[in-house]
Amino acid sequence: MSTTEIGMPLTDSLEVLREMRRDDDVVLTVMGTAREWMAMGQLHPLDWVYVPSSMGQAPSLGLGMALAQPDKQIIVCNGDGCMLMNLGSLVTITAQAPPNYTLILFDNGVYEITGGQPTPATSDTDSQVDYMALAAAAGFHHVFAFDQLEAWQQAARQLVDQPGPTFIHLNIAPVPGAVGPRSPGHAPTRADLFAKALQM
Amino acid sequence: MFTANQIVDLLQELAFTHVVTIPDSTLGQWEDGLKASESIEYVGVCREGEAWAVAVGLELGGATPLVMIQCTGLFESGDSLRNALFDYQRPLFAIVGYRSYLDQSTLPGDTCLKFTEPILEAWGMDCSLYDQADNADEQLKDIATQVLRCRESGVPGVALVAEGRA
Repeated sequence: MSTTEIGMPLTDSLEVLREMRRDDDVVLTVMGTAREWMAMGQLHPLDWVYVPSSMGQAPSLGLGMALAQPDKQIIVCNGDGCMLMNLGSLVTITAQAPPNYTLILFDNGVYEITGGQPTPATSDTDSQVDYMALAAAAGFHHVFAFDQLEAWQQAARQLVDQPGPTFIHLNIAPVPGAVGPRSPGHAPTRADLFAKALQM
Repeated sequence: MFTANQIVDLLQELAFTHVVTIPDSTLGQWEDGLKASESIEYVGVCREGEAWAVAVGLELGGATPLVMIQCTGLFESGDSLRNALFDYQRPLFAIVGYRSYLDQSTLPGDTCLKFTEPILEAWGMDCSLYDQADNADEQLKDIATQVLRCRESGVPGVALVAEGRA
């Protein structure tokens, strides 16, 4: 089966980010993306592994970072279940319109870490929600969608570098039996260290 | 209870850089003044839970945000508040409008009066109630003292400001 039919592997889609990531890019991951990001190798000082999280708040958290640090690119890796919990954040983001902000939606159609139950946006295996249309209607300056790894790989750096806010939808294959991420350390200490790196 | 000028002067004096907020009928009266401030950025959010998350991002990035929401929004935003203030122990300060405290005529029996203070007590934050409408100058000084106390201790705090309209 092609990646078009089942979606890109999550780890491969994240590997694209690891490869194109610059030293002053901030990468915010949550839930499944956080789990895989941690498993893929050593963390960067500007990785914000949002674990523990308040589900749905990653895009808003990244917005605050983008406003406080306009010279750094903020890349938020959000899941579709998380996105559905906070659709209003799309409008909050575009109202501020930070040019250094990219929201990547890793859409696998399910609540992966709770057993793969479909989100309300999913009927059978098909998404009933056009997230790109939502983002465009909310006012994102650029909206893109990818369901093939090669195309995502070729475009990623250029899309992140253009003045945003930018929304990117990735069609992702669920990871069967996946578990939730665990914090890679004492959360307040991690926050203090991250803040120092972010403010440098 | 406070005018826009009083609030803007207070927040500027305390060097807040951003106000992350959703207006209610009291807090909304300060909006124009806040937006006119040259040293404060006004960040409107769509739901109160977002306010805490945006404020955390700002604070991590070196800014000094203030969360400004009504008590109904405090109820809504519990999980985000929990994550921001307790999981990550970020020392955020908030002004929370206490709906109906001074006047229940618009919403008789408003249950905000039943739940607001117990919920804030449950969160265990440094919280003070400001309800002396005839003594605004002193109340503003007390808010400033509370903010500075929280900053010195590195803890979150809430100034609970009594409101008279729904």
